[in-house]
Amino acid sequence: MSRSTPLREVHESLGATLTDFAGWLMPLRYGSESAEHNAVRTAAGLFDLSHMGEIFLTGPQAGEALDHALVGHLSVLEPGRARYTMICAPDGGVLDDLIVYRLAAEEFLVVANASNYQRVAAELTARAEGFQAEVADRSDEYALVAVQGPRAQEILATLTDADLPGLKYYAGLPGTVAGVEALIARTGYTGEDGFELFVAAGDAVTVWQELAKAGDAHGLRPAGLSARDTLRLEAGMPLYGNELNAGLTPFDAGLGRVVRFDKPGDFVGRAALAPLKDVPPRRRLTGLVARGRRVPRHGYPVVLLTDGSVVGEVTSGAPSQSLGKPIAMAYVDTNVSEGLAVDIRGSHEPVDVVDLPFYRRSK
Amino acid sequence: MSSIPEELSYTKEHEWVAGLDDGLTVTVGITAFAAESLGDVVFVQLPEVGGMVEAGDAVGEVESTKSVSDIYAPVTGEVVAVNQVVVDDPSLVNSDPYGEGWLFQVRVEGTPEDLLTAEEYTQVTTAES
Repeated sequence: MSRSTPLREVHESLGATLTDFAGWLMPLRYGSESAEHNAVRTAAGLFDLSHMGEIFLTGPQAGEALDHALVGHLSVLEPGRARYTMICAPDGGVLDDLIVYRLAAEEFLVVANASNYQRVAAELTARAEGFQAEVADRSDEYALVAVQGPRAQEILATLTDADLPGLKYYAGLPGTVAGVEALIARTGYTGEDGFELFVAAGDAVTVWQELAKAGDAHGLRPAGLSARDTLRLEAGMPLYGNELNAGLTPFDAGLGRVVRFDKPGDFVGRAALAPLKDVPPRRRLTGLVARGRRVPRHGYPVVLLTDGSVVGEVTSGAPSQSLGKPIAMAYVDTNVSEGLAVDIRGSHEPVDVVDLPFYRRSK
Repeated sequence: MSSIPEELSYTKEHEWVAGLDDGLTVTVGITAFAAESLGDVVFVQLPEVGGMVEAGDAVGEVESTKSVSDIYAPVTGEVVAVNQVVVDDPSLVNSDPYGEGWLFQVRVEGTPEDLLTAEEYTQVTTAES
Protein backbone atom coordinates (compact mmCIF):
# COMPACT_ATOMS: atom_id res chain seq x y z
CA MET A 1 0.00 0.00 0.00
CA SER A 2 1.52 3.28 -1.14
CA ARG A 3 1.72 6.24 1.22
CA SER A 4 0.05 9.50 0.34
CA THR A 5 1.39 13.02 0.72
CA PRO A 6 -0.79 15.72 2.33
CA LEU A 7 -1.52 16.94 -1.22
CA ARG A 8 -3.05 13.76 -2.60
CA GLU A 9 -6.59 15.11 -2.70
CA VAL A 10 -5.39 18.25 -4.43
CA HIS A 11 -3.68 16.15 -7.10
CA GLU A 12 -6.79 14.06 -7.57
CA SER A 13 -8.97 17.13 -7.93
CA LEU A 14 -6.57 18.35 -10.63
CA GLY A 15 -7.04 15.09 -12.53
CA ALA A 16 -3.51 13.87 -11.97
CA THR A 17 -2.34 10.43 -13.05
CA LEU A 18 -0.93 9.02 -9.83
CA THR A 19 1.86 6.49 -9.75
CA ASP A 20 3.77 4.56 -7.15
CA PHE A 21 7.23 6.01 -6.66
CA ALA A 22 9.48 4.62 -3.93
CA GLY A 23 6.43 3.55 -1.94
CA TRP A 24 4.60 6.85 -2.37
CA LEU A 25 1.56 7.62 -4.46
CA MET A 26 2.79 10.62 -6.45
CA PRO A 27 1.49 12.66 -9.38
CA LEU A 28 3.13 11.42 -12.58
CA ARG A 29 1.49 14.14 -14.66
CA TYR A 30 -1.61 16.31 -14.54
CA GLY A 31 -2.16 16.53 -18.29
CA SER A 32 0.53 16.71 -20.93
CA GLU A 33 3.95 16.13 -19.38
CA SER A 34 5.56 18.00 -22.29
CA ALA A 35 3.46 21.07 -21.49
CA GLU A 36 4.50 20.77 -17.82
CA HIS A 37 8.16 20.50 -18.83
CA ASN A 38 7.86 23.55 -21.08
CA ALA A 39 6.05 25.55 -18.40
CA VAL A 40 9.04 25.07 -16.07
CA ARG A 41 11.48 26.12 -18.81
CA THR A 42 9.50 29.21 -19.84
CA ALA A 43 7.36 30.24 -16.84
CA ALA A 44 7.05 28.09 -13.72
CA GLY A 45 5.98 24.72 -12.43
CA LEU A 46 4.61 23.66 -9.05
CA PHE A 47 5.82 20.35 -7.62
CA ASP A 48 4.85 18.19 -4.65
CA LEU A 49 8.08 16.69 -3.31
CA SER A 50 6.70 15.65 0.05
CA HIS A 51 8.03 12.14 -0.46
CA MET A 52 11.56 13.39 0.21
CA GLY A 53 13.02 12.71 3.65
CA GLU A 54 13.79 15.44 6.20
CA ILE A 55 16.28 14.41 8.88
CA PHE A 56 17.44 16.90 11.50
CA LEU A 57 20.72 16.91 13.40
CA THR A 58 20.96 19.17 16.40
CA GLY A 59 23.53 19.74 19.11
CA PRO A 60 26.97 21.27 19.67
CA GLN A 61 28.67 18.57 17.59
CA ALA A 62 26.06 18.20 14.85
CA GLY A 63 28.48 19.52 12.24
CA GLU A 64 31.28 17.20 13.35
CA ALA A 65 28.88 14.26 13.30
CA LEU A 66 27.99 15.07 9.69
CA ASP A 67 31.69 15.45 8.79
CA HIS A 68 32.13 11.89 10.06
CA ALA A 69 28.95 10.47 8.53
CA LEU A 70 29.09 12.10 5.08
CA VAL A 71 31.81 12.67 2.49
CA GLY A 72 31.45 16.47 2.59
CA HIS A 73 32.78 19.08 5.00
CA LEU A 74 29.58 20.30 6.58
CA SER A 75 30.86 21.78 9.85
CA VAL A 76 32.25 24.76 7.91
CA LEU A 77 28.93 25.50 6.22
CA GLU A 78 27.61 28.96 7.14
CA PRO A 79 24.17 29.05 8.77
CA GLY A 80 21.64 29.70 6.02
CA ARG A 81 23.66 27.90 3.35
CA ALA A 82 23.19 24.49 1.75
CA ARG A 83 25.45 21.93 0.13
CA TYR A 84 25.11 18.97 -2.20
CA THR A 85 26.82 15.92 -0.66
CA MET A 86 26.66 12.15 -0.35
CA ILE A 87 26.54 9.42 2.24
CA CYS A 88 28.77 6.46 1.40
CA ALA A 89 29.14 2.93 2.71
CA PRO A 90 32.48 1.92 4.27
CA ASP A 91 33.41 0.46 0.85
CA GLY A 92 32.88 3.85 -0.80
CA GLY A 93 29.58 2.98 -2.53
CA VAL A 94 27.03 5.78 -2.65
CA LEU A 95 24.10 5.15 -0.29
CA ASP A 96 22.35 8.39 -1.22
CA ASP A 97 22.93 11.87 -2.53
CA LEU A 98 21.77 14.59 -0.18
CA ILE A 99 21.29 18.27 0.29
CA VAL A 100 22.33 19.50 3.73
CA TYR A 101 21.12 22.86 5.03
CA ARG A 102 22.67 24.52 8.04
CA LEU A 103 19.69 26.14 9.70
CA ALA A 104 21.56 27.45 12.76
CA ALA A 105 24.90 26.99 14.47
CA GLU A 106 23.71 23.76 16.06
CA GLU A 107 20.98 22.65 13.65
CA PHE A 108 21.25 20.92 10.28
CA LEU A 109 18.60 19.58 7.91
CA VAL A 110 19.53 16.61 5.74
CA VAL A 111 17.23 16.08 2.74
CA ALA A 112 17.34 12.52 1.43
CA ASN A 113 15.69 10.72 -1.46
CA ALA A 114 12.35 9.03 -0.81
CA SER A 115 13.77 5.63 -1.69
CA ASN A 116 16.60 5.94 0.83
CA TYR A 117 15.65 8.21 3.69
CA GLN A 118 14.87 5.51 6.23
CA ARG A 119 18.26 3.95 5.63
CA VAL A 120 19.92 7.37 5.71
CA ALA A 121 18.23 8.18 9.01
CA ALA A 122 19.37 4.85 10.47
CA GLU A 123 22.95 5.35 9.24
CA LEU A 124 23.09 8.91 10.54
CA THR A 125 21.82 7.76 13.92
CA ALA A 126 24.47 5.03 14.11
CA ARG A 127 27.26 7.26 12.82
CA ALA A 128 26.41 10.15 15.15
CA GLU A 129 26.99 7.96 18.18
CA GLY A 130 29.71 9.42 20.40
CA PHE A 131 29.03 12.95 19.12
CA GLN A 132 26.95 15.50 21.02
CA ALA A 133 24.26 15.43 18.37
CA GLU A 134 20.67 14.25 18.16
CA VAL A 135 19.32 12.73 14.96
CA ALA A 136 15.59 13.00 14.29
CA ASP A 137 13.76 11.74 11.22
CA ARG A 138 10.95 14.26 10.86
CA SER A 139 9.93 13.31 7.33
CA ASP A 140 6.34 12.65 8.36
CA GLU A 141 5.96 16.13 9.84
CA TYR A 142 7.06 17.94 6.70
CA ALA A 143 5.74 18.58 3.26
CA LEU A 144 7.94 19.94 0.47
CA VAL A 145 6.51 22.11 -2.27
CA ALA A 146 8.74 23.46 -5.04
CA VAL A 147 8.15 26.31 -7.43
CA GLN A 148 10.65 26.18 -10.28
CA GLY A 149 11.18 28.23 -13.39
CA PRO A 150 12.17 31.70 -14.59
CA ARG A 151 9.05 33.29 -13.03
CA ALA A 152 9.38 31.45 -9.70
CA GLN A 153 10.73 34.43 -7.81
CA GLU A 154 8.05 36.79 -9.10
CA ILE A 155 5.34 34.35 -8.08
CA LEU A 156 6.74 33.54 -4.64
CA ALA A 157 7.37 37.24 -3.93
CA THR A 158 3.60 37.87 -3.91
CA LEU A 159 3.23 35.51 -0.93
CA THR A 160 6.22 36.35 1.26
CA ASP A 161 8.12 39.27 2.73
CA ALA A 162 11.35 37.27 2.67
CA ASP A 163 14.29 38.82 0.84
CA LEU A 164 14.17 36.57 -2.21
CA PRO A 165 16.58 38.59 -4.40
CA GLY A 166 19.09 38.38 -1.54
CA LEU A 167 18.69 34.61 -1.24
CA LYS A 168 21.56 32.95 -3.06
CA TYR A 169 21.51 29.65 -4.93
CA TYR A 170 21.96 26.86 -2.38
CA ALA A 171 20.84 29.03 0.51
CA GLY A 172 17.79 28.76 2.75
CA LEU A 173 16.10 31.01 5.27
CA PRO A 174 13.15 30.69 7.61
CA GLY A 175 10.20 32.85 6.59
CA THR A 176 6.48 33.05 6.07
CA VAL A 177 4.77 32.01 2.85
CA ALA A 178 1.03 32.59 2.46
CA GLY A 179 0.84 33.13 6.22
CA VAL A 180 2.47 29.86 7.22
CA GLU A 181 5.96 29.17 8.48
CA ALA A 182 8.35 27.82 5.88
CA LEU A 183 11.99 27.15 5.26
CA ILE A 184 12.53 28.90 1.94
CA ALA A 185 15.43 27.40 -0.01
CA ARG A 186 16.80 28.43 -3.38
CA THR A 187 17.43 24.91 -4.61
CA GLY A 188 15.95 22.63 -7.21
CA TYR A 189 16.28 19.75 -9.60
CA THR A 190 15.17 21.22 -12.89
CA GLY A 191 18.05 23.33 -14.21
CA GLU A 192 16.00 26.48 -13.61
CA ASP A 193 15.97 29.07 -10.90
CA GLY A 194 13.47 28.17 -8.21
CA PHE A 195 12.58 27.55 -4.63
CA GLU A 196 11.84 24.61 -2.39
CA LEU A 197 9.53 25.29 0.54
CA PHE A 198 9.63 23.05 3.57
CA VAL A 199 6.38 23.45 5.48
CA ALA A 200 4.46 21.58 8.15
CA ALA A 201 2.44 18.77 6.58
CA GLY A 202 -0.78 20.46 7.75
CA ASP A 203 0.10 23.64 5.84
CA ALA A 204 0.89 21.98 2.52
CA VAL A 205 -2.54 22.48 0.97
CA THR A 206 -2.61 26.19 1.87
CA VAL A 207 0.83 26.82 0.41
CA TRP A 208 0.06 24.84 -2.75
CA GLN A 209 -3.29 26.53 -3.37
CA GLU A 210 -1.91 30.01 -2.76
CA LEU A 211 1.04 29.41 -5.07
CA ALA A 212 -1.26 28.01 -7.73
CA LYS A 213 -3.48 31.08 -7.45
CA ALA A 214 -0.57 33.52 -7.46
CA GLY A 215 1.11 31.74 -10.35
CA ASP A 216 -1.92 31.53 -12.58
CA ALA A 217 -1.31 34.86 -14.30
CA HIS A 218 2.37 33.96 -14.73
CA GLY A 219 1.81 30.71 -16.59
CA LEU A 220 2.57 28.46 -13.62
CA ARG A 221 1.17 24.96 -13.83
CA PRO A 222 1.40 21.92 -11.59
CA ALA A 223 4.10 19.53 -12.80
CA GLY A 224 4.49 15.84 -12.06
CA LEU A 225 7.35 13.40 -11.67
CA SER A 226 7.49 12.76 -15.40
CA ALA A 227 8.38 16.39 -16.13
CA ARG A 228 10.69 16.49 -13.13
CA ASP A 229 12.63 13.55 -14.58
CA THR A 230 13.04 15.04 -18.08
CA LEU A 231 13.96 18.43 -16.59
CA ARG A 232 16.70 17.01 -14.38
CA LEU A 233 17.96 14.81 -17.21
CA GLU A 234 18.33 17.80 -19.54
CA ALA A 235 20.15 19.57 -16.70
CA GLY A 236 22.53 16.60 -16.38
CA MET A 237 21.60 15.98 -12.76
CA PRO A 238 22.04 12.45 -11.40
CA LEU A 239 19.12 10.42 -10.06
CA TYR A 240 19.76 7.88 -7.34
CA GLY A 241 18.93 4.43 -8.69
CA ASN A 242 19.91 5.49 -12.21
CA GLU A 243 23.23 7.36 -12.26
CA LEU A 244 24.04 6.60 -8.62
CA ASN A 245 23.88 3.39 -6.63
CA ALA A 246 25.69 1.52 -3.88
CA GLY A 247 27.87 -0.24 -6.46
CA LEU A 248 29.37 3.05 -7.62
CA THR A 249 31.64 5.48 -5.77
CA PRO A 250 31.35 9.27 -6.14
CA PHE A 251 34.47 9.03 -8.36
CA ASP A 252 32.78 6.52 -10.65
CA ALA A 253 29.93 9.00 -11.07
CA GLY A 254 32.31 11.86 -11.91
CA LEU A 255 31.34 13.57 -8.66
CA GLY A 256 34.58 13.05 -6.77
CA ARG A 257 34.64 16.77 -5.96
CA VAL A 258 32.05 16.18 -3.22
CA VAL A 259 34.54 13.97 -1.32
CA ARG A 260 36.53 16.25 0.98
CA PHE A 261 39.72 14.52 2.04
CA ASP A 262 41.00 17.86 3.40
CA LYS A 263 38.52 17.91 6.29
CA PRO A 264 39.75 16.94 9.76
CA GLY A 265 39.08 13.48 11.21
CA ASP A 266 38.04 10.21 9.70
CA PHE A 267 34.81 9.73 7.80
CA VAL A 268 32.91 6.67 6.71
CA GLY A 269 34.30 5.60 3.36
CA ARG A 270 37.57 7.52 3.55
CA ALA A 271 39.86 4.49 3.57
CA ALA A 272 38.15 2.99 0.54
CA LEU A 273 37.85 6.25 -1.38
CA ALA A 274 41.33 7.71 -0.79
CA PRO A 275 43.17 5.36 -3.18
CA LEU A 276 40.58 6.05 -5.92
CA LYS A 277 41.17 9.79 -5.91
CA ASP A 278 43.72 9.81 -8.71
CA VAL A 279 42.73 6.63 -10.53
CA PRO A 280 40.89 7.33 -13.76
CA PRO A 281 37.66 5.32 -13.74
CA ARG A 282 37.04 2.77 -16.48
CA ARG A 283 33.77 4.37 -17.48
CA ARG A 284 32.58 7.94 -17.45
CA LEU A 285 29.10 9.40 -17.20
CA THR A 286 28.50 10.61 -20.73
CA GLY A 287 25.85 12.63 -22.52
CA LEU A 288 24.37 11.03 -25.64
CA VAL A 289 22.09 12.53 -28.26
CA ALA A 290 20.30 10.14 -30.61
CA ARG A 291 20.34 10.86 -34.32
CA GLY A 292 17.04 9.10 -34.85
CA ARG A 293 13.78 9.33 -32.99
CA ARG A 294 13.83 6.15 -30.94
CA VAL A 295 14.61 6.74 -27.30
CA PRO A 296 17.52 5.14 -25.44
CA ARG A 297 16.27 4.08 -22.02
CA HIS A 298 17.59 2.97 -18.64
CA GLY A 299 19.53 -0.29 -18.94
CA TYR A 300 20.01 -0.31 -22.72
CA PRO A 301 23.56 -1.25 -23.83
CA VAL A 302 25.84 1.30 -25.49
CA VAL A 303 27.68 -0.42 -28.35
CA LEU A 304 30.26 0.30 -31.03
CA LEU A 305 28.69 0.82 -34.46
CA THR A 306 31.52 -1.13 -36.07
CA ASP A 307 31.27 -4.48 -34.34
CA GLY A 308 28.44 -4.13 -31.83
CA SER A 309 30.68 -4.71 -28.82
CA VAL A 310 29.25 -3.35 -25.58
CA VAL A 311 31.11 -0.31 -24.25
CA GLY A 312 28.59 1.09 -21.82
CA GLU A 313 25.06 1.25 -20.44
CA VAL A 314 22.34 3.88 -20.47
CA THR A 315 21.33 5.12 -17.01
CA SER A 316 18.56 7.54 -18.02
CA GLY A 317 17.02 8.47 -21.35
CA ALA A 318 14.06 10.46 -22.61
CA PRO A 319 12.84 12.54 -25.51
CA SER A 320 14.19 16.04 -24.89
CA GLN A 321 11.80 18.95 -25.34
CA SER A 322 14.61 21.47 -25.34
CA LEU A 323 16.74 19.67 -27.97
CA GLY A 324 13.93 18.12 -29.96
CA LYS A 325 15.77 14.78 -29.93
CA PRO A 326 16.12 11.83 -27.61
CA ILE A 327 18.89 12.25 -25.02
CA ALA A 328 20.51 9.91 -22.55
CA MET A 329 23.10 9.71 -19.85
CA ALA A 330 25.21 6.56 -19.93
CA TYR A 331 28.31 5.11 -18.36
CA VAL A 332 30.66 4.66 -21.31
CA ASP A 333 34.24 3.33 -21.50
CA THR A 334 36.59 6.30 -21.32
CA ASN A 335 38.61 5.19 -24.37
CA VAL A 336 35.72 5.58 -26.83
CA SER A 337 33.86 8.73 -27.81
CA GLU A 338 32.85 8.19 -31.44
CA GLY A 339 31.09 5.63 -33.53
CA LEU A 340 28.64 4.83 -30.75
CA ALA A 341 25.13 3.45 -30.88
CA VAL A 342 22.54 2.37 -28.37
CA ASP A 343 21.05 -1.07 -28.68
CA ILE A 344 17.35 -0.17 -28.72
CA ARG A 345 15.53 -3.48 -28.50
CA GLY A 346 17.85 -5.16 -30.94
CA SER A 347 18.66 -2.41 -33.40
CA HIS A 348 21.77 -0.27 -33.09
CA GLU A 349 20.71 3.36 -33.25
CA PRO A 350 23.56 5.86 -33.75
CA VAL A 351 24.19 8.44 -31.02
CA ASP A 352 26.59 11.36 -30.66
CA VAL A 353 28.55 12.16 -27.52
CA VAL A 354 27.92 15.64 -26.13
CA ASP A 355 29.08 17.55 -23.07
CA LEU A 356 26.77 17.52 -20.05
CA PRO A 357 24.49 19.20 -19.25
CA PHE A 358 22.27 19.01 -22.31
CA TYR A 359 20.52 22.19 -21.27
CA ARG A 360 21.81 25.26 -19.46
CA ARG A 361 19.51 28.15 -18.69
CA SER A 362 20.44 31.60 -19.91
CA LYS A 363 21.20 33.88 -16.98
CA MET B 1 -13.25 8.04 -18.39
CA SER B 2 -11.80 7.77 -21.87
CA SER B 3 -14.08 7.27 -24.85
CA ILE B 4 -14.69 3.83 -26.35
CA PRO B 5 -16.74 4.21 -29.55
CA GLU B 6 -19.54 1.62 -29.90
CA GLU B 7 -18.96 0.84 -33.56
CA LEU B 8 -15.31 -0.26 -33.29
CA SER B 9 -13.71 -3.59 -32.40
CA TYR B 10 -10.85 -3.85 -29.93
CA THR B 11 -7.96 -6.00 -28.77
CA LYS B 12 -6.83 -6.69 -25.23
CA GLU B 13 -3.63 -4.87 -26.17
CA HIS B 14 -5.61 -1.63 -26.66
CA GLU B 15 -5.78 -1.41 -30.44
CA TRP B 16 -9.01 -0.45 -32.14
CA VAL B 17 -10.19 -1.75 -35.52
CA ALA B 18 -12.64 0.11 -37.79
CA GLY B 19 -14.50 -1.15 -40.83
CA LEU B 20 -14.47 -4.81 -39.96
CA ASP B 21 -18.12 -5.31 -40.90
CA ASP B 22 -18.30 -3.57 -44.21
CA GLY B 23 -15.27 -4.28 -46.26
CA LEU B 24 -11.96 -5.80 -47.02
CA THR B 25 -9.85 -3.06 -45.55
CA VAL B 26 -9.74 -2.10 -41.88
CA THR B 27 -8.17 0.86 -40.12
CA VAL B 28 -6.15 0.33 -36.95
CA GLY B 29 -5.17 2.66 -34.14
CA ILE B 30 -4.61 2.65 -30.40
CA THR B 31 -7.38 3.52 -27.98
CA ALA B 32 -7.83 6.72 -25.98
CA PHE B 33 -7.31 4.63 -22.85
CA ALA B 34 -3.91 3.46 -24.14
CA ALA B 35 -2.93 6.95 -25.26
CA GLU B 36 -3.81 8.35 -21.85
CA SER B 37 -1.81 5.75 -19.98
CA LEU B 38 1.21 6.26 -22.23
CA GLY B 39 1.27 10.02 -21.82
CA ASP B 40 2.59 12.29 -24.57
CA VAL B 41 3.41 10.14 -27.58
CA VAL B 42 6.67 11.25 -29.19
CA PHE B 43 7.34 8.57 -31.78
CA VAL B 44 5.44 5.93 -33.69
CA GLN B 45 6.99 3.25 -35.81
CA LEU B 46 4.60 1.60 -38.24
CA PRO B 47 4.77 -1.51 -40.42
CA GLU B 48 5.78 -1.11 -44.07
CA VAL B 49 3.17 -0.73 -46.76
CA GLY B 50 3.00 -3.95 -48.76
CA GLY B 51 4.15 -6.08 -45.86
CA MET B 52 2.13 -8.95 -44.45
CA VAL B 53 1.13 -8.91 -40.80
CA GLU B 54 -0.22 -11.72 -38.70
CA ALA B 55 -2.84 -11.12 -36.02
CA GLY B 56 -1.09 -10.91 -32.65
CA ASP B 57 2.34 -10.01 -34.05
CA ALA B 58 4.20 -6.94 -32.85
CA VAL B 59 4.34 -4.80 -35.99
CA GLY B 60 5.36 -1.40 -34.67
CA GLU B 61 5.87 0.64 -31.55
CA VAL B 62 4.58 3.71 -29.90
CA GLU B 63 6.90 5.64 -27.67
CA SER B 64 6.06 8.24 -25.03
CA THR B 65 8.14 10.28 -22.63
CA LYS B 66 8.16 7.53 -20.04
CA SER B 67 7.72 4.28 -21.92
CA VAL B 68 7.55 2.33 -25.13
CA SER B 69 4.87 -0.17 -26.16
CA ASP B 70 4.49 -2.56 -29.04
CA ILE B 71 1.69 -2.19 -31.54
CA TYR B 72 0.10 -5.55 -32.34
CA ALA B 73 -1.65 -6.43 -35.57
CA PRO B 74 -5.29 -7.06 -34.66
CA VAL B 75 -5.95 -8.93 -37.91
CA THR B 76 -4.00 -10.88 -40.52
CA GLY B 77 -3.42 -9.38 -43.95
CA GLU B 78 -1.45 -6.96 -46.09
CA VAL B 79 -0.63 -3.45 -44.92
CA VAL B 80 -2.05 -1.18 -47.61
CA ALA B 81 -1.55 2.24 -46.01
CA VAL B 82 0.18 3.89 -43.08
CA ASN B 83 -0.64 7.29 -41.62
CA GLN B 84 2.34 9.46 -42.51
CA VAL B 85 0.70 12.42 -40.78
CA VAL B 86 0.87 10.68 -37.40
CA VAL B 87 4.50 9.68 -38.05
CA ASP B 88 5.30 13.36 -38.53
CA ASP B 89 3.12 14.49 -35.61
CA PRO B 90 2.81 11.67 -33.06
CA SER B 91 0.84 13.92 -30.68
CA LEU B 92 -2.22 13.14 -32.83
CA VAL B 93 -2.34 9.79 -31.04
CA ASN B 94 -3.13 11.73 -27.87
CA SER B 95 -5.35 14.44 -29.33
CA ASP B 96 -7.44 12.35 -31.73
CA PRO B 97 -6.77 8.63 -31.22
CA TYR B 98 -9.83 7.45 -33.18
CA GLY B 99 -9.54 10.02 -35.95
CA GLU B 100 -6.42 11.70 -37.26
CA GLY B 101 -4.34 9.54 -34.97
CA TRP B 102 -5.11 6.33 -36.89
CA LEU B 103 -2.00 4.24 -37.54
CA PHE B 104 -2.31 1.85 -40.50
CA GLN B 105 -4.74 -0.02 -42.75
CA VAL B 106 -4.81 -3.72 -43.48
CA ARG B 107 -6.52 -5.65 -46.30
CA VAL B 108 -7.97 -8.41 -44.19
CA GLU B 109 -7.25 -12.05 -44.90
CA GLY B 110 -8.08 -13.39 -41.49
CA THR B 111 -9.81 -12.12 -38.38
CA PRO B 112 -9.12 -13.68 -35.00
CA GLU B 113 -12.10 -14.71 -32.94
CA ASP B 114 -10.99 -12.92 -29.82
CA LEU B 115 -11.56 -9.34 -30.95
CA LEU B 116 -13.61 -7.48 -28.38
CA THR B 117 -16.77 -5.44 -28.60
CA ALA B 118 -16.83 -1.97 -27.09
CA GLU B 119 -18.61 -3.38 -24.05
CA GLU B 120 -16.03 -6.13 -23.57
CA TYR B 121 -13.17 -3.68 -24.03
CA THR B 122 -14.71 -1.38 -21.42
CA GLN B 123 -14.35 -4.24 -18.94
CA VAL B 124 -10.67 -4.61 -19.86
CA THR B 125 -10.02 -0.93 -19.20
CA THR B 126 -11.97 -0.99 -15.95
CA ALA B 127 -9.89 -3.92 -14.74
CA GLU B 128 -6.64 -2.14 -15.65
CA SER B 129 -7.36 1.31 -14.25
